[in-house]
Amino acid sequence: MMPSEEAEIRRRQKARAIVMGAALGGLVILFYAISIAKML
Amino acid sequence: MTDIVADTGTASSAAMLPADWRDFLALTKPRVMTLVVFTGLCGMLAAPHAINPVLGFTAILCIALGAGAAAALNQWYEADLDALMERTAKRPLPAGRMERQSALHFGVGLGVFSVLLMGLAVNTLSAAILTVSILFYVLVYTVWLKRRTPQNIVIGGAAGAFPPLIGWAAATGHVELMPALLFALVFLWTPPHFWALSLFVRTDYARAGVPMLPVVAGLRHTRLQVLLYTLPMVAVAVAPWPLKLAGSIYGVTATALSMVFFALAVRVALNTETDQATMKPERQLFAFSILYLFVLFGALVVDRLVFA
Repeated sequence: MMPSEEAEIRRRQKARAIVMGAALGGLVILFYAISIAKML
Repeated sequence: MTDIVADTGTASSAAMLPADWRDFLALTKPRVMTLVVFTGLCGMLAAPHAINPVLGFTAILCIALGAGAAAALNQWYEADLDALMERTAKRPLPAGRMERQSALHFGVGLGVFSVLLMGLAVNTLSAAILTVSILFYVLVYTVWLKRRTPQNIVIGGAAGAFPPLIGWAAATGHVELMPALLFALVFLWTPPHFWALSLFVRTDYARAGVPMLPVVAGLRHTRLQVLLYTLPMVAVAVAPWPLKLAGSIYGVTATALSMVFFALAVRVALNTETDQATMKPERQLFAFSILYLFVLFGALVVDRLVFA
């Protein structure tokens, strides 16, 4: 595997990890808000 | 999501690369999703009961995720067809930027999550309708009808008509005449909208072997069908006004827009052009049909806010 290809794989993995992290963080906030809303 | 792109002749430079997150986003057909989300939101806002904003946001999110799941599963099943059509050949699967199995896992996961979240956070009825809409689009339209009959988008159009019903059900917990009319409106709007498109991209469908109406029955018959389906669509669009389910803001807007839609459909019916590149009335009707639905649903919400 060429160094440039390996760098591209790492870049994509990092980008996907960031997107997944942001999505999970968003869901944590959403579930918290839903819990509060359901109690009202 | 550890998918590695399959080694294809067209994507050798991309071989062994994990699919980009943008390709997963593209699987959800974000442009189609905007109309789905908008009609779902309008169905919710037009309902007589206000929903908690957090639960309302959750319901719209679930509608969007459900639509995205259905789109991903559609592309998973139709990757071979998409590769044959110019309009769809650059999608992640036919372009070789993603493994098919990744699309399947993504679609199923997203669909199950959207239904569970809707059921747990909002209500059972909206989750049930969301389930039906996903299954209808994937199993009835994509798997069963699309490759078998020119009536594919007539019956399959029901899948796209569910969002306002889901939005209404999320807000009220039940379904009545008004959301049923909204369902019927989108259902009847789909054939003229899609056939206008398929008239000027018919060679794409013919190449892929999809039995769209212009391919199977010819241009003249399709143009007539566009006009014939426009008539009940116009009737359903205006109906909430005389039935006193909506006020004059919606009524006047629906009447004016429907007259323009009808006039464009007449132009399509009278058109004899066979060259796809110069089918102006068809392109105009297709473009206007999208605006029509956006403005009509928007007017319904404004009408509700003013007369509530």
